[in-house]
Amino acid sequence: MAPDGTARPALSTRPAIKGRSPGVSSLERLARRRSSIAFLMTLPLILVIAGLVAYPAAWAIYLSTLNRRMTANIGFENYLILLDSETFRMIIWQSCFFALTAVFLKALIGFWLAHMLHNIPTKGQRKWRGMLLIPWVIPPALSTLGWWWMFDPSYSSINWIINVFGFPSIPWLGTPWWARIAVITVNVWYGAPFFMIMYLAALKSVPEQLYEAAAIDGATSWQRLRFITLPMMQNIISITVLFSLIVTFANYDIVRVLTNGGPRDTTHLFATYAFQVGILSANLPRGAAVSLFMLPILAVAAYFILRGVTRRTKEIA
Amino acid sequence: MTNATLSRRSALKAGIGGVAASALAAPAVHGQPRTTIRCGFWDHWVPAGNGALRELCAAWGQRERVDVQVDFITSVGRQNELTIAAQAQSKSGHDILSFPTWFPAAYADQLVPMDDVMGRLAAKYGAVTQAAEYLAKRDGKWVAVPAVSGTQMKPCLGRIDLLKQHAGFDPREMWPAADRAGPGADGWNWDAFLAAAEKCHAAGVPFGLPMGSFSDAVDWVGALFASFGANMLDERGRPTVSGNQKLRAAVEYMARLARFLPNDVWAWDDASNNRAIQGGRSALIFNPPSAWAVARRDNMAGHDQQWTFPMPSGPEGRFTPYLPYFWGIWNFSRNVGPSKALIEFLSERESADKQTTISNGYDIPPFASMNDFAVWQNEGPPTGVVYNYPIKPHHNARTSVAFAPAPPEIAVQAYTQGLNTGLIARIAQGGQTVDQALGWAERELRNFARG
Repeated sequence: MAPDGTARPALSTRPAIKGRSPGVSSLERLARRRSSIAFLMTLPLILVIAGLVAYPAAWAIYLSTLNRRMTANIGFENYLILLDSETFRMIIWQSCFFALTAVFLKALIGFWLAHMLHNIPTKGQRKWRGMLLIPWVIPPALSTLGWWWMFDPSYSSINWIINVFGFPSIPWLGTPWWARIAVITVNVWYGAPFFMIMYLAALKSVPEQLYEAAAIDGATSWQRLRFITLPMMQNIISITVLFSLIVTFANYDIVRVLTNGGPRDTTHLFATYAFQVGILSANLPRGAAVSLFMLPILAVAAYFILRGVTRRTKEIA
Repeated sequence: MTNATLSRRSALKAGIGGVAASALAAPAVHGQPRTTIRCGFWDHWVPAGNGALRELCAAWGQRERVDVQVDFITSVGRQNELTIAAQAQSKSGHDILSFPTWFPAAYADQLVPMDDVMGRLAAKYGAVTQAAEYLAKRDGKWVAVPAVSGTQMKPCLGRIDLLKQHAGFDPREMWPAADRAGPGADGWNWDAFLAAAEKCHAAGVPFGLPMGSFSDAVDWVGALFASFGANMLDERGRPTVSGNQKLRAAVEYMARLARFLPNDVWAWDDASNNRAIQGGRSALIFNPPSAWAVARRDNMAGHDQQWTFPMPSGPEGRFTPYLPYFWGIWNFSRNVGPSKALIEFLSERESADKQTTISNGYDIPPFASMNDFAVWQNEGPPTGVVYNYPIKPHHNARTSVAFAPAPPEIAVQAYTQGLNTGLIARIAQGGQTVDQALGWAERELRNFARG
C-alpha cells in the first residue's frame, strides 16, 4: 500500500499536485472520501425524507398562499383571514387546552401506572403490562366508536348506569364543557399506556444502588422520588412529553368520531378544522393554512424541550 | 410464377405487419369492447341500491361495446369526498365520478361542460329542479348532471298514531297518497308545527329535529329559513344579516321551537333522528324514507305507522330540503364522449325508474316530470308511505339548499360549519341574545367570502 493510504502505487513520473494522490482520478478520490461514502449511504433516507416530508411540507406552505380557486397567490392573506375569525381563535385556544390537558393527564397517569407496575413482582408484571397496553394497541377509530356508544346522546350506557343510582343524565357530547371533557378523557385513555411503558423502561434503568444509598442516608419515599427518580427520568419524560404533544396536537380521529367538532365548534382541533375547511368546504389553501398553524406552536415547544434534553445530556457526560 | 426471392428483412416486415393487423382487428372482429370507462359511484345506503347502477352500466356497455368498470365509493368517513380531492389534485382517476351536493361547483374548472347532455335531457323531460341548477351550473354552464342515485329530499316523516294521539291531526288524511291535499293541509304551516311540537314534547315524544352540524340539521333549518325568506347571504355572497327582519323572525321562531326539542339534539348526527323515530321516542323527523325502510326491514314496532308528508309552509312558501348527487366527468378523462353517453343513458326515465324502484323510492330524479314513478304509490306498509316523498304539484313546494342563493364556494363554508344551527345554538343553548348571535354570524359570513 502506498504511503498516502491509496491501494495503487504512484506510477506517474509527473510531480504530484499538492493534496492530490498521483495517478488517482478525481472520481476515485471522491468515492474514497469518508464523507462521500456517508452521503451515499444516507442518500436513500434523504430521498425518502425529501419526498415524504420536505416536498409535502413545502407544497402545503405554497398551497396556503393561494386563493380559494388556487389561481392566484395572495401571500399570507389566508392566515390573516383565519385570525380574524372568532371560531378559529377559539379553535387555537381549544387545541392548546386539549393538548396540554391531555398530555399532562397522560403523563400523570402513566407515571403512576409505571410506579405501580414497577413494584409488582416480575412474574405478574407481564400480565398487567399487557392488559394496560390494550387501549394503546386498539386502532383509535375503533375504540372511539366504542366510547361514542357510551357517550351516545340518546342511549348512553354511562348515563344508564348514572340513572340507576338516581342521578340525572349528563349531556356528554351536547354541551361544550362536557364534550371537551369527553374528548380529553378518550385521548387520555388511549395515550396513557404509552407514557406508562416509556416511564417503566426509564424506572428500570435507574441504578438500585442510588436508592440503597438514599435509604442509608434516611431519605423518605418522597425524597427518593424527588431527588433520584425524577432527575434520572427527566430526559425520558421530556422526550415522551414532546412526542405526545405533537401527536395530541395533531389528533383527528377522536374528535371526528365523537363530536364532529361540535357543539358549536367547541371541540374542533386544528386537524379536524383543517379537514372541514380544506376538504369538506373545498378550500384547500385555507385548510393548509389551518394545519400549518400547528407548526410554530410545536416548533417552540420542541425547541425548549430538546434544548433541556441536550443540556442535561452534556451535564451527565 | 415470379422469380422474386424473399429476403429475411421482407419476411420480418411481413410477419410484424400480419401480427399487428390481426391484433388491431381482433376486438372488432370478435365484438370485444375497445373503450374502458371507469366510474366511481356513490355507495348506496340502501343495500340493493348499487345493483341498479351495476345492471344499467352493464346493459349499456354491452349495447355500446364499451367496457364499463364500476366502483362504489362510500361516503362513510367522507371517503368519496377525499377521493374527489385526491383525483382533482393528481389529475388522474375515474372518468365519471359521483359528486356530492357542493362539489361540482368547487371543481367546476376541472369538469367537462355537460350543456349538450342537459339540453337533450331537458328537451325530453322538462326543466330540472331549481336547487339542482343552482348547484351544478357555473357561469351559465352545466358542469355536472344531477344524478338520480343518491339524491334525496327530507320532508316530514311522522308517526301516524303518535301525531293523532298527541298533536291532534292525522298526516295520512291531511296528505293522502293521492294527487290532492286533504283537510287541514292549507293550515300546515310553521305555527301549526310549533303547536304540534309543543304537544308532542309534553307527551314525551318530542319531534326529533337535529341541531348539530351534520347535513340533516343544516338542511332542515335551511328550509325553514327559506320559507321565512331569511337569506343569510345574497347572490354575490355578501352577508344579509344586519337589519334583516325576515331572518330575525326565523331565528326567534327557532328559539321558541328549540324549547320543545329533546335536550340532546345539539349532539345528534344524521342517524340520531332515524333512531328516535324507529325507537318510538319521537313523533316526527325530517328524513328520506331510509328510516322507514330500515324499520320495515328489521320489523321494528310502529314501522307501519310511519308516513311521509310535506314540510310546513312559511310566509314565503313551502321548501323541502334537497341533498343531491351529481354525475360529472373530469376534464383529464380520455373517454369524454362515451362517458357523456353513459350519463345520459343513466338519466333517462327508464333508468331513473329502475334506480328509484330498487332503492325503495329513496332516489329522486332531478326532473319534476319523473315524480310519478309507481314505486312511491306502491311502497308500504302502510301503502303509499312515500307517496308524498317527491314534490308533487299540489304540495306547492320548492327544493331548498341551505345558504342559497350565495355562490356555492361561499355557501359551502357556511354549510359545513353549520352556521345556521350554530346561530340557534348560541341563543337556545349558549344564552346569547339574538343580536349577539346574529353579530357573530355576520362576522363569520364576511370571512367566508374573503380569499
